[in-house]
Amino acid sequence: MYSIYKKEITAFFGSLLGYMAMAVFLVLLGLLVWVFKDNQLEGQYASLDILFTNAPFVFMLLIPAITMRSFADEIRSGTLELLVTRPLTEMQIILGKFFASVTLAVICLLPTLLYYYTITKLGHDIDSGAIWGSYLGLVFLSAAFIAIGIFTSSLTSNAIVAFILALFLCFIVYLGFDAVSDMGFLSGRLANLVAGIGINAHYRSISRGVVDLRDAIYFLTFIGIFLLFTKTSLESRKW
Amino acid sequence: MSIEVNKLTKVYGEQKAVEEISFRVRPGEVLGFLGPNGAGKSTTMKIITGYIPQTSGKASVCGFDVNKQSMEARRNIGYLPENNPLYHDMYVKEFLGFVAGIHHIPNRKARIGEMIGITGLEMEQHKKIGALSKGYKQRVGLAQAMIHDPKVLILDEPTTGLDPNQLTEIRELIRRLGKEKTVILSTHIMQEVQAICNRVVIISKGKLVADDVPEHLVLRSGGGTQLLVRFKEKVSPERLRPVKGLKNASLQPDGSLLLTGDDKLQEELFRFAVAQSLTILHMNEDKQSLEEVFRTLTS
Repeated sequence: MYSIYKKEITAFFGSLLGYMAMAVFLVLLGLLVWVFKDNQLEGQYASLDILFTNAPFVFMLLIPAITMRSFADEIRSGTLELLVTRPLTEMQIILGKFFASVTLAVICLLPTLLYYYTITKLGHDIDSGAIWGSYLGLVFLSAAFIAIGIFTSSLTSNAIVAFILALFLCFIVYLGFDAVSDMGFLSGRLANLVAGIGINAHYRSISRGVVDLRDAIYFLTFIGIFLLFTKTSLESRKW
Repeated sequence: MSIEVNKLTKVYGEQKAVEEISFRVRPGEVLGFLGPNGAGKSTTMKIITGYIPQTSGKASVCGFDVNKQSMEARRNIGYLPENNPLYHDMYVKEFLGFVAGIHHIPNRKARIGEMIGITGLEMEQHKKIGALSKGYKQRVGLAQAMIHDPKVLILDEPTTGLDPNQLTEIRELIRRLGKEKTVILSTHIMQEVQAICNRVVIISKGKLVADDVPEHLVLRSGGGTQLLVRFKEKVSPERLRPVKGLKNASLQPDGSLLLTGDDKLQEELFRFAVAQSLTILHMNEDKQSLEEVFRTLTS
């Protein structure tokens, strides 16, 4: 697994992809938080809400771009055959790629700690618990998007198809369930249940700074399911 | 036994890609796996390497069942898939390092250097794989297949698309490897089989049609000798009729004679020439090639 992980990381930072992902992420969020209208400085509260409400959308675009090639390219060039005939299980290959992408997402997030530092210097009474909870939520959220992206990449030999499919699925699981539960045709409990399937409810819940075990379990299960889907998709050649 | 394949069958939907194929390969053998395109060569190889499972039958490598003891079997296999897939944006050394890492090879650097030496990649070792010529890519493919020193090498069409020089070099390399390892290589070039293999398995439409040493195969198909002879004197084909074992004789445009007959033809012709005091200027023997055997067996 480690060999695959290392190869993927080298591929990210050996090409422009890794740096570009970081640059796009930081520039977009930097503009939203500090420069554009209604930015964090104009608001009178010492918080990083703008960062944490916008980062999921940036991830929604960026993560499918990071993961789209992970299996699609291996399928297209035939190198998947090289990998799966080695003494490696499919899961080891999947996890290697998964953790490499998670690492890249975390590296994208790290410089934003500087924003946190800035805010603490500018104001006081910042809710640190909420900030750290939100960071944890973002890591979970990006990992969930990555699991989706890796899955869609394993479905096709065309990276663009994988990208579009991942973008669509990320959108649905992040906002779709929320939207459906808000439409009003579902009664209270059912609406909550539907919203609970989506990522946003759990992301918001963690962001409050109270890490509920149920939310953690939700994310881990979500990721596990998509990684298992990926395994099934890779094994479909055997049917 | 290095490789044992027993009644292997693979069915894709309605179509039988491989049907009840059985063969064994002993350590140190170079087995030529022959068959027309679509005969089931690659399918059989993919089953042995564990890429796809068989529908029925068994395959084992070094005593390990490819399904039940898949990991052990894979550790003993070096595989060069068809079309030699490689990561084109990786560097040669980086790629070999990656493969060595998967196999947990100790002394990684030394082993990579050794493989680069064996496959003759010294000049190209700092390049990106995508920048290499086809022949050198093929060497990288062989290097990745051998880096963990497997007992069995499975090479799917290792010489397609190479120029004549590269062809000779790669064949030489495989022949050298074949001395220590068990090799299965698929091809549809007959000279290749005659040049490097000490056994041949021919399959056609998914079925095994021959399993023998190349020489026996030629004999079995009723093959014989073909001679191109030139006499100093003018000799008509009719005059050679008394030669024992001669089946056919024809005059070529350049005045030489093309003779076909059994294995003793050459001797008999020589004796005849001496008895008749004819002078042989030139005699060229051409054993009936595997190519014809292949054609008769697979069509």
